Amino acid sequence: MELTPQQAGQVELLAQVLIAGLLLGGLYSLIGLGMSLIMGVMRIINLAHGELMMVAMYAAFWAFTAWGLDPYAALPGVMAVMFLLGVGVERGLLRPVMKAEAVLPQNQVLLTVALGLVLSNLAQVLFSADYRSVPVEYATKALYWDLEVGGQPLSLSFSVPSLVAFGIAFLLGAGLFLFLRRTDLGRALRATAQDRRAAALLGVDTDHMTAVTFGLGTALVGAAGVLLAPVYYLYPQVGGQFTQKAFVITILGGLGDIPGAVLGGLVLGLAESLGSAYVSLGYKDAFGFVIFLLVLVFMPRGLLGRGRAG
Amino acid sequence: MTRRRLAAAGLGLFLLLPLLLQNAYLTHMAILSLLWVVLGVSWNLLGGYTGQVSYGHAAFFGVGAYTTGLLVQAGLPPLLAWSGLLLGGLAAMVVAAVVGWICFRLRGAYFALATLALAEVLRLVAVNWTRLTGGAEGVLIIPAFTEKAWFYLIVLALAAAAFLSVDAVMKSRAGYYFLAIREDEDCAESLGIDTRRYKLYALLLSAFFTGAAGSFYLNYLGFIDPNIVFSVPNVSIMMILVTMLGGAATRWGPPVGAVVFTLVSEAFRAWVGTGHLVFFGALIIAIVIFFPHGIVGTLEERARRAARA
Repeated sequence: MELTPQQAGQVELLAQVLIAGLLLGGLYSLIGLGMSLIMGVMRIINLAHGELMMVAMYAAFWAFTAWGLDPYAALPGVMAVMFLLGVGVERGLLRPVMKAEAVLPQNQVLLTVALGLVLSNLAQVLFSADYRSVPVEYATKALYWDLEVGGQPLSLSFSVPSLVAFGIAFLLGAGLFLFLRRTDLGRALRATAQDRRAAALLGVDTDHMTAVTFGLGTALVGAAGVLLAPVYYLYPQVGGQFTQKAFVITILGGLGDIPGAVLGGLVLGLAESLGSAYVSLGYKDAFGFVIFLLVLVFMPRGLLGRGRAG
Repeated sequence: MTRRRLAAAGLGLFLLLPLLLQNAYLTHMAILSLLWVVLGVSWNLLGGYTGQVSYGHAAFFGVGAYTTGLLVQAGLPPLLAWSGLLLGGLAAMVVAAVVGWICFRLRGAYFALATLALAEVLRLVAVNWTRLTGGAEGVLIIPAFTEKAWFYLIVLALAAAAFLSVDAVMKSRAGYYFLAIREDEDCAESLGIDTRRYKLYALLLSAFFTGAAGSFYLNYLGFIDPNIVFSVPNVSIMMILVTMLGGAATRWGPPVGAVVFTLVSEAFRAWVGTGHLVFFGALIIAIVIFFPHGIVGTLEERARRAARA
């Protein structure tokens, strides 16, 4: 089939939009994985998820500014610190509240809101409200793929930092999957998520599992923050939007469903990318929410139908 | 009992003080407190008594404010803008009916997240539908009065109406249904309560007063934009905070929470300045950990324990 130059242009745009959506979706998956893990094991919505990510973004920024450390080199260190931060938050703040009886089960959620408030405003006091970016020299580098479709030349670009982020996100996701399937600790985590009491009866230290879960979830979203740092700008309030994306992804994928969270991230990335290219840029963030509501109402177990229903 | 009466008297005195003192700053504080009383009482009906935790009340607040704002811009004279208290409340009820239709299929955390998503969608619509709302530029009106005392009296009446309505409802049969739904929805359903209908009733009444409060907010401050009135962090979350601070599902919790919330946030703002929200967040954390039942809830529980001993 022969294409006119105009048609070829449209094909090129669509392909480019899909690529951008998928690459973005990879990062979203990483954000969603952490949230899904926490929701699955602890049954709470962590509304400080994005703010924890913001902390990791600042860590990457300062590592680069102060020591000239490349974000990718800083990744393992930042993840380790974020893991410890997560464990500390769980031990010091969430655990006492999880154990207290209250009229409403929302006290933990409110606590995470307050934590987010403290983190974002602390960042504002310490680092000012300025917009910053990590000026790595490969920030705008791209690979080009030239091909011919229907007799017309097309050129597709792949942003290098986005590709790297996608690759690392994929590796971390696969690593998490293997960890949960193959290791004793992973099995104990899954058992705790399935049935906390039964797991405790069988000798799983569920309190310990909860701390590990929150630590892992924080480390994963921290990794997403570091990977995002070269391609995004950062400011103290940057986290809020990602908290919202995180719970959208988690519901899309189905509560506690790890492969589902990956799918949810990709779907959200594609929806935002397609929506902003073909419908309206201003409504970009609304597409995710609309899909979210549709899934919540019509497929409450998530897109794969394997999560826990409300 | 006397202690409670003393507390009520103190609260009453605080509320009447502005009229006696004629101090603009104090009056402003009292107006804000009463506005939060309306919001806390509304949220408490749905979230506290009925157990349907909503993160989406910003939607009702915003719709109430925008209904009035757009009517005034369309030529409604400023004094008549006060009818917006009613119209804003009714518009919020219409939106609430849609929200309820979508969200009441869901329970617990799912319900909470769905309401949050709907509020965000409405905020985005208000930002982007510039031909209707003026977008991020917001809506500016000229307030009908310059004398704060008028605003004070109006919001006092609104707060009293909200408080007494919720109180009356909670003493009626519907009130017991609400509590039953919170304690065990399946059980309530099996006893013949049309749970979806009663949840909707709670939502509609809650949304009405929230919308009316939004309308008052516009009338008082004269300016709104989507990121102020549709803000989940600054409206929805703070409504939950006010209720939790005072004590969810208690009669006097939201009013006490509203006054404490207003004074504390003002004190932090005045004394700490930049970053005052850090302390504010820390305060919420402390309350959630040490007073999970809120101020009134904790006092009531202590009284109950003392009575038993």
